[in-house]
Formats: sequence, C-alpha cells, structure tokens
Amino acid sequence: MRNVEFRTAASAQGGLVVMAGVAGVAAGSRVQLRDHAGRVRSGLVIRSAADNVVVEVFEGTDEIDLERTWVRFLGEPFRLPVSRDILGRVFNGSGQPTDGRPPIISADRRDINGEPLNPSARAYPREFIQTGISAIDGMNSLTRGQKLPIFSGGGLPHNRVAAQIVRQAKLLGEEAADFVVVFAAFGASHADARFFQESFEESGVLNKVVMFLNLADEPVIERLLTPRAALTAAEYLAFDLDYHVLVVMTDMTAYAEALREVAVLRGDVPARKGYPGYLYSDLAEIYERAGRIKNRRGSITLIPVLSMPSDDITHPIPDLTGYITEGQIVLGRELSGEGVYPPVTVLPSLSRLMKDGIGKNFTREDHPHVASQLFASYAKALEVRGLAAIIGAEELSDADRHALAFADAFERRFINQGEDEDRSIHETLNLAWDLLSMLPKDALTRVSEEQLAKYHKGTA
Amino acid sequence: MGKILEINGPLVKLELPQTVLGEQVRVGRMGLIGEVIGRAGDTALAQLYEDTTGLRPGEDAEGLGWPLSVELGPGLLGGIFDGVQRPLQAMRERSGDRIAHGVAVASLSRTQRWHFVPEPARRAGTRLAGGDVLGFVQETESIRHRILTPPQIEGELLELAPEGDHSVEEVIGRVRLADGRIEKLHLFHRWPVRTPRPFRQRDHAVAPLITGQRILDTFYPLLKGGKAAIPGPFGAGKTMLQHQVARWCDAQIVIYVGCGERGNELTDILESMPELKDPYTGRSLMERTLLVANTSNMPVVAREASIYVGITLAEYFRDQGYDVVMVADSTSRWAEALREVSGRLGQMPVEEGYPAYLGSRLAAFYERAGRVETLAGDHGSVTLIGAVSPPGGDFSEPVTSHTKEIVQTFWALSKELADARHYPAVDWLESFSGDVNSAAKWWAEHVHPNWQAARAAALGLLAESEELQRVVNLVGVEALSSEQRWALESARLIKEGLLQQAATDEADSFASPEKQYALLAALLEIHRRGMDLVQLGAPAQRLIQMPLLAQARRWKSQHGSDDLAGLQAKIAAVPQAFEPLLLEYASTRQPAGAGEARP
Repeated sequence: MRNVEFRTAASAQGGLVVMAGVAGVAAGSRVQLRDHAGRVRSGLVIRSAADNVVVEVFEGTDEIDLERTWVRFLGEPFRLPVSRDILGRVFNGSGQPTDGRPPIISADRRDINGEPLNPSARAYPREFIQTGISAIDGMNSLTRGQKLPIFSGGGLPHNRVAAQIVRQAKLLGEEAADFVVVFAAFGASHADARFFQESFEESGVLNKVVMFLNLADEPVIERLLTPRAALTAAEYLAFDLDYHVLVVMTDMTAYAEALREVAVLRGDVPARKGYPGYLYSDLAEIYERAGRIKNRRGSITLIPVLSMPSDDITHPIPDLTGYITEGQIVLGRELSGEGVYPPVTVLPSLSRLMKDGIGKNFTREDHPHVASQLFASYAKALEVRGLAAIIGAEELSDADRHALAFADAFERRFINQGEDEDRSIHETLNLAWDLLSMLPKDALTRVSEEQLAKYHKGTA
Repeated sequence: MGKILEINGPLVKLELPQTVLGEQVRVGRMGLIGEVIGRAGDTALAQLYEDTTGLRPGEDAEGLGWPLSVELGPGLLGGIFDGVQRPLQAMRERSGDRIAHGVAVASLSRTQRWHFVPEPARRAGTRLAGGDVLGFVQETESIRHRILTPPQIEGELLELAPEGDHSVEEVIGRVRLADGRIEKLHLFHRWPVRTPRPFRQRDHAVAPLITGQRILDTFYPLLKGGKAAIPGPFGAGKTMLQHQVARWCDAQIVIYVGCGERGNELTDILESMPELKDPYTGRSLMERTLLVANTSNMPVVAREASIYVGITLAEYFRDQGYDVVMVADSTSRWAEALREVSGRLGQMPVEEGYPAYLGSRLAAFYERAGRVETLAGDHGSVTLIGAVSPPGGDFSEPVTSHTKEIVQTFWALSKELADARHYPAVDWLESFSGDVNSAAKWWAEHVHPNWQAARAAALGLLAESEELQRVVNLVGVEALSSEQRWALESARLIKEGLLQQAATDEADSFASPEKQYALLAALLEIHRRGMDLVQLGAPAQRLIQMPLLAQARRWKSQHGSDDLAGLQAKIAAVPQAFEPLLLEYASTRQPAGAGEARP
C-alpha cells in the first residue's frame, strides 16, 4: 500500500480530503499528498471506512485539484527518527531538519503519539531543582520530573523568565553534565525564537539543545504535531540516554487555538468558547509525558508557557492546564508595571510537588514553614494594603504599618531580582528571614518557636 | 464472527449481527476490547477502551457474550487497576513501563493461592442463597476477605471444599439450582459494573465518617453511607483533601478512583500509603486500599467505565459487611468522557455540550452509595465522595450544579482561601451538611454532649466575623466596638487554630474526634473569657496582644491525637492567662463599653 498512489479524491474542503474507493486503510496512519504542482503535503487518516477515507491535511487544502492530486497511504503513524545526533539540531514542527544539515538517519523511528505511561511505573518527583529565582525556589519550588507552567500575558517577560530558568536550573550538589534542553515553539514569532536561540548560545548550552520550531507564519495544523515530536525526542533522551531533560514549550495557547481550528473543520461539538470537549484529554496527552520512571535515571521536567487570553485565568486554556499540571507560576501585569522582575504573583502561584521536595533532607528544615509563613504574612499584608487605600495609611495601627512595610520589602527585595542573579536556596531562605524579622514574633504562627529562636533577627 | 466497517476515533462500526447492547467485543488483529453502544440492522456501533490507531476496516470483530464486568475475589486489596480492571502492576511486568495496545491480563492472579477457611454452617445439603458467606480468606493482616455466593445463585449446597489453599479458578464447591442445573463455586465471581449489586434493604446511616479533618468532621459531617462532593477550582487542594480522607478515614476499605487525573497523584498514593499506619488498626494503610486509575492521558472511553468499576468493587466489599469509602477524583472528567462519546454519536447537546442525560446518570451513580442490610444479613456501607472540577471555578456549571442537588454533604473549596494558603480551603459559608443532627447524636454519645452547641457557636462566630470584616474593609477597624473587635479576633483564632490543618505536619495531619472537640471547646473558652473581660471594660487591643493567642494557634501541631493529656494541660492553663487582666478590671468594675482608653 505504501507504494500505491491513489488519485480518487472525492472532495476537498477546509483541510479535509475524502478519498473514495480506498479500502482497508489503518486509522491514524500517515498520508502523503502530491498536488499538480508537485508539492508534497502530509496528512493523517482521521476516519477510515470500507470504501472511503477521510484525510486531514496539515498544510491545508488550498489549491487542491481533485483530479490532479495523488495520495499515498504510508500505513504507519507519524514517526520521528531518534539518535544521539539530534542534540544541537533544529527541526520544524513535524520533525524535519531546518538547520541546513543532513536529516537524521536512524532505524529507531518512534510514534510521536507515544504510549501512556503505566501509573505503576512512575516514580514520584522528589528532587529539588534550584532555579536561582527566589519567588520560585522559596515559595513554589520546582522538582525534577514536574510539569510547572508559566501563566503569562501579552507583553509580560515570560520568555526571559523561562530562559533564566533554563540557564540557572540545577540540582543541589550535582554538576550539569547530564542536563539537556528540548525547546519547542509553536505559533511563536521569529523574534521570540531568536531570543531563545541567542540565550542558549550565550550560556553555551546550544549543543545540548534540541529545537522544534513552528513559527507564527508556518502551517497551523502542524502545531498539533510539534509538542508531540518534541516530547518524543525528550522521552528518548531521558529514558534511553539517561539525560535529565528540561522541556520548554511556548505558547500552549497557540496550540489550543490550532486544535480548535481543526475541531471546527471536523465538525466536533464545541464545549466552552468553541474549544472541543476533548481539549482537556488532548492537553493531558502532552503534559502527562513529563515525569520520572522507576529504575531509569533520566527525567522530563516540563515548563509550558502559555499566555492567558485577556489575562483571564479562568479561560479554558489556563484553566484546563491548571487541572493537569502540578501547579503554575503566574506572572502579573501589576508587578511588572512597577518594574518588578520576575513579576511572579505569588498568591495564585503554586507548586503541588513542593511539599515532597523541600525540607530537612532536601533544602533546609525551616523551608516549608518559611514558605507557608511568607504566603500567610504577604496575604495579610495585601489585605492591609487594600484597607490603607480606603482609609488612608495614617489610620492604620502599628501592626498594620509593619505589615505594609513587609509587603513592600517583600516585593522589592524578595521577588525582585536581576535577570542574571542566581540565588542559592540558602540565600533565598536567609533573605526570607530578614524580611520576616520585620514582623513581630507573635505574628508568625506558621513557623515553630525553635525556628523563631534560631532565625528571627528582631527583638519583639 | 463479524468485521470492522469503519473507524472514527474510539468509535468503530462493526458488522456484527445478533449482538446485545452493552456486550463486550474484541476487535481487530490487535484484539482491542470495547463495548457495543448502538445497533442498526446487522451493524453495531462499539466504543473501544483503547486507542484505535492502526486498526483497519475489514479486520475481524467478535462479541464476547457478556457486558463489562469485574472479577470479585481475593487479590484486589493493595492493587492498582486500570479503568476496565486490568491489573497495572501485572501489565507492567508483561509489557513494560508503557501501556501497550491490546494487552490482555486477568484482573485477579490465576497462580496465587489463597488459604480458604469454610464457614462451619455451610454443610452439604443445606440451602444456599445469593450473598451467603461461604468462608473467608485472610487477605491481609487486617482484612478478612469473605467469599460470597454470587447474588444470582440459589439452591442446595452439594459440597464445599475443606480448609486449604486454592487459586481463584479452582472449584471450591457445587450447588444444585432450582432447575436442577449444577453450578460450580469459585473464590471469585464476575459482576456487570453497570448493574448495582443487590441487598436486602437500605438502612439508616447512623455514624459519621471520621476523617480526622476538623473542618469536615466538626463542621460539615458526612455519615457512613452518605454522599459528598468536593468541588473546587484547580489549586484549591481537592486532591490533597481527598488523599487526606483516603488516608485517615475510619472506613475498613478505601477505594480510590483516579478518573482523568494526574499520574503522579496515584504514584504519590502508591508510594506513601504503604508507609503510613492506619490509626485504627496500626497496620499499613495500603492493606485496606485499592486503586482504580484512568489517568488523564489514558483512553477516554475507559474513563467512563472506571467510575462504575470502582463503585462495583465498593459494593462487593460492602456486601461482605464492611464500611467502604469510595473516592472519585474527578467526576467532572467522567462527565467530560460522557460528553465526548455523546458528541461523537451526534446526540443533541444541552448545556456546555453535555448530553441531556448527564443529571440522571450522575444521580443514578450517587444512588449506589448507602448503608444497607446485605443479603447475608450483615450491615455494610458505601460512602461516596466525588470531586468536581468546575471550569474556571464556576459552581453554576452543569456538573457542579447537578451534583449539588444530589449530595447531602458539600465541601466547597475556595480559591481565595487556597491563595492565602488556608488549607484545607473548605469554605465555611458555601459548604453544607444535611447530616448534622444525626452526627450530633453520635458525638454526644461518644465524645461530648455539648458538641452541637459548640459547633453552632463557632459557626455563628465565623458568620459574624464575615459581616464585621465587611465593615472593616469599608471604614477600618476603628469603627468597631471592643466586643466586635474581640469577636473578629476570636473568629481569626478559630480559623487559624482549628480550621487550618497541615496535611504535612505529623501531629496535625490527623485529629481524633476527642482532639477536635478539645480544641474547639478551648478556643471558644478563650473567646468567652475575653468577652467577659471586654464587658468589664478591658479594651480589645489588650486582649489581642495576649501571648496566649499565638500559643493557642500552635496547640494543634504541638500535640498529636495520642497526646491528648498534653493538650488538656495547656487548655487547663487558659484561665490563668486571663487572671492578671481579670484582677485589673474586675476591681474597677467599669460598665461595659465605657473604657476604650487604657487605664
């Protein structure tokens, strides 16, 4: 069947081609279309019946002539050839090299859809990754094998934050030898892609990066393949070659929009905001490929970046993402406007796996309590700030004034840091105690009395 | 033998005459399993539990002759199964770390031998009815697995094996049915998951399910045999709360269904449960726990089935006379699976794309909870706790609003509380429990007669503080009287010293009913004594500065449930802490409210 070309296209419309008189084609198999001008497009069988087949064409159906289109069924799903040589290479969204170097030749070609990991084979992520960013390390710690998205908005510095994480991420007490990056961009601008490329170059990790780029002006439907190809490469690097892989994907919103576009063409029933009902499962197929496996050395840590449409965290894309990922780092326009970098809004940010990766045997014994205390004190201080805006700062009690000062210092000194500033977790925790010492001991009920005696620098 | 006509995602059109709706089918060269959901003439429509990539029209298909069923017998506990009860640990041994296509592994091990001890009353020649206990297998140290007669069997027992070791497939007895046919008995039997297992009659629920979580047990109790929902936006701590309930509740069997959720959450349970001790039996918690997992990256059709597999397993242990808790995380993913399939069938969507039968399916599912008199005359219960994941945290969406009408206990999680790291983030205003009066009887009898009054006082204080906080937010705290300021502070003390509970803190993670009541009563005592002083003229500001308030907030984590005496000692010292102020103000005897200025 691979070698037979069919010229029986019965209809072509909105990205879908119906092939008549073709029998016994495997569902989900890959398709090559050659049009009258000799251009080759690729597609996927989405519906297979005894006498006709529906093909989804990734490059779209523009300028397709039913009589002069030759279709070849490859009889297998999309596969990505993998070998050690993919490190340092740049591919397009469906895994073809675009860096002008020869294609990857390998007998090992993997289905980009992967297979679901058996839940009993997973190993729980417990190793603390130090990113050098206080707002993350101190309060929303990342662990190896976690999936922690950055929720952002147009104009916010999510790319710079992601690049800083890539530059600085390390495991305590371990050299960076086994560490590689898989970077996937879909719907990203050329400027964004170049920013990352240059940032990897500057930090000298370019030969440890695999890039999959589907840029804003490239075929939309190809975006559905891009994260899957990237994760297939990541799985190979992590679980065959024992690397610790950090996967950065941007921008998940562009992916979800591509999915919606295809769903509409297929005639799927829309759920919220026109997105198909299976958006959740589809996103989960991507995100859940992060993790660790028992008895394997490597790991996949996933940092998807997504821009929240109109900064709305309840929009289906961030909402469903939040239900799948293990927390989220939320960037805020207000902090950014005040010149705070990274503008991490700590209250809605969260790392679910933090509790198991910090504390006595991982970072420092007071870390969980300090984090909890910072959250509580800052939340309370924000209430006071709201109150002060109404009744004026003069009317505040002494305790409230302390809280206000704490909130300001927390934002200026703890959250705010340089783009090249790499703080160790001890520096972060000591800084936290400097700030907590601005508050009286009685106001700090989340830390133990012993910790207060050991670390609190105030007198009260 | 039939064949495949068409493949469309997980839906497959088959040429398969004489099949029955609901029948299991095996399809294609890969041997994928699915179930028939529609018929028209000689064609049948089936949904497959696995990814259909690679399937071709023209390949074979066959009906298996039975509906989706589970195997019920020894070997279930401590295990993890997928949405159609395939044992995931055995599958890992068979096909590696990833779930390959079309792997068929029996749910219960066919080789493991179990020590069967027959029930002395079951002698040859006696009558045997469905649900009767044939004997038992000591499956784990703490759980005696009773071997039940399949519910549909009734007749004369011809023989029953003596005490000895058997695998699940060996015949352990024979029964002559009313029509003269001879039926063989085994250590296990099958039951179709979409049919509720029969019982004699429904019973009143009498005892609360003790979860060790103060906001749940003390404020919004759930009875054994009750139905509860935990709705909440992402990040509000749904999973954490459900894990806490699964760990610490006083049920004998816990069934945790991970329906469309994260793989790592199940890993967390698998890794942490064996190391945790059951506070009631002292044994490893994994011995009483069973997991059903269809994680979010596993096929959607099996997700729809996983909930029914879980509840059927729960009913089976209920029929052995156990109190069972089933936790379903999350029913929203189940509803979405329903929506996905109905969409592919082209059914008319109603709200947000959900099919019109969403409400009735949900209600019928929750009705499988309850405390019953079993066929054997024992009492058992299934308590159902379903998580709901409303999109955008909007409780008016269809799944949440339907669920709210069905359940008796509603533990609403709040994003605001979670953002302030107030955990568990159960909102004390949005939540409700219809079982407070029944629970009160139990608390009065087993813990303290004053429980209901104390609970009401604390809730009253919380509601009042909500009003006062609104005033403060408008005009500042200076506008409040001393009484009001003290009430506000007392409510804060209750929130931080009682409602907040740290799952990661060893002493605080589980609170026995006695500890819960002791803390509640002590904090109310502080409130009352302070209020007396305020009425004597003491300014609230001086009370708020008392070191006692900061100390009382730490009591919960300083004394575990096994150190009640230590807690009581601290509580006994409360009056002393008020002594100096009392001396000062009782002597001046100012009228209430007249002394805002410091003396």
